[in-house]
Amino acid sequence: MITLSHYLVLGAILFSISIAGIFLNRKNIIIILMSIELMLLAVNINFVAFSYYLGDLSGQIFVFFILTVAAAESAIGLAILVVLFRNLKTINVDDIGGLKG
Amino acid sequence: MSFENFTFYLFSTILVGAGLSVIFSRNPVHAALSLVLAFFTSAAIWLILEAEFLAIALILVYVGAVMVLFLFVVMMLDINLNRMKEGYWNYLLPALVVSGIFLAEIIVLVGGRVVFDKPAEVAAAITTEGNTLQLGRLLYTEYLYAFELAAVILLVAIVAAIALTLRRRKDTKLVNTSQQLSATRANRLKIISMPVENKRSEDNS
Repeated sequence: MITLSHYLVLGAILFSISIAGIFLNRKNIIIILMSIELMLLAVNINFVAFSYYLGDLSGQIFVFFILTVAAAESAIGLAILVVLFRNLKTINVDDIGGLKG
Repeated sequence: MSFENFTFYLFSTILVGAGLSVIFSRNPVHAALSLVLAFFTSAAIWLILEAEFLAIALILVYVGAVMVLFLFVVMMLDINLNRMKEGYWNYLLPALVVSGIFLAEIIVLVGGRVVFDKPAEVAAAITTEGNTLQLGRLLYTEYLYAFELAAVILLVAIVAAIALTLRRRKDTKLVNTSQQLSATRANRLKIISMPVENKRSEDNS
């Protein structure tokens, strides 16, 4: 019997993987954006699991809105990335220190 | 082991493997493809949880649009991968500590005890009507205001993404047609009065 705890632990494992991914790939902005997508996916799994086990569809509505905002976020993030690369010819985090005093 | 258990463990294993592959692969293209696999697998897990509409929406929106955008950007940018990977393992210990503590906390909180043994009893109408109809009804009545706000957020994202990446090329030969058609004589020709210079011709004669 699969309980709610199984799904919550699965979401937690996915979330901690993406935390480790942000630490390890701290120089590559593209992989950092992918790790953020993975985090949102982990949160969405929790929402859907709660929605199923409580018999309440509001959780799925929340997932719908998270999907919308995540799509907008990744579109703007990738647009900023393209502009950054066009101006600096790099996407290495170490080279992006333009606002450092 | 029942069929439900088998599918859950199978898809969870694939999902965790795909997540590890996203963060450990050297090539961003491989990472993006692993992320596609992770989205497909979690769509399958959502199907187990009877969220059909969201599972299909996840595949359509993420695999169809967002990951294609990611792959497009990865292909467009010319990245020096060797410089990107130097010092990759330097922060392994903090990463393991932070994510390990987080995981241990969550498992202590929710893992040991069974929060809800089986799904709560739902009305018969919900199970026969189907997920999409229920979701649509809820979305267009109770959450209508939030739904409109989500549409506005998408519009803002479209405008921002286009405005950020739009650039006017300096060497373009394109002319503005309406500007060209509305040109008058005054725009093109300028008559200036200057003194007559015919002194030399008088000298010659």
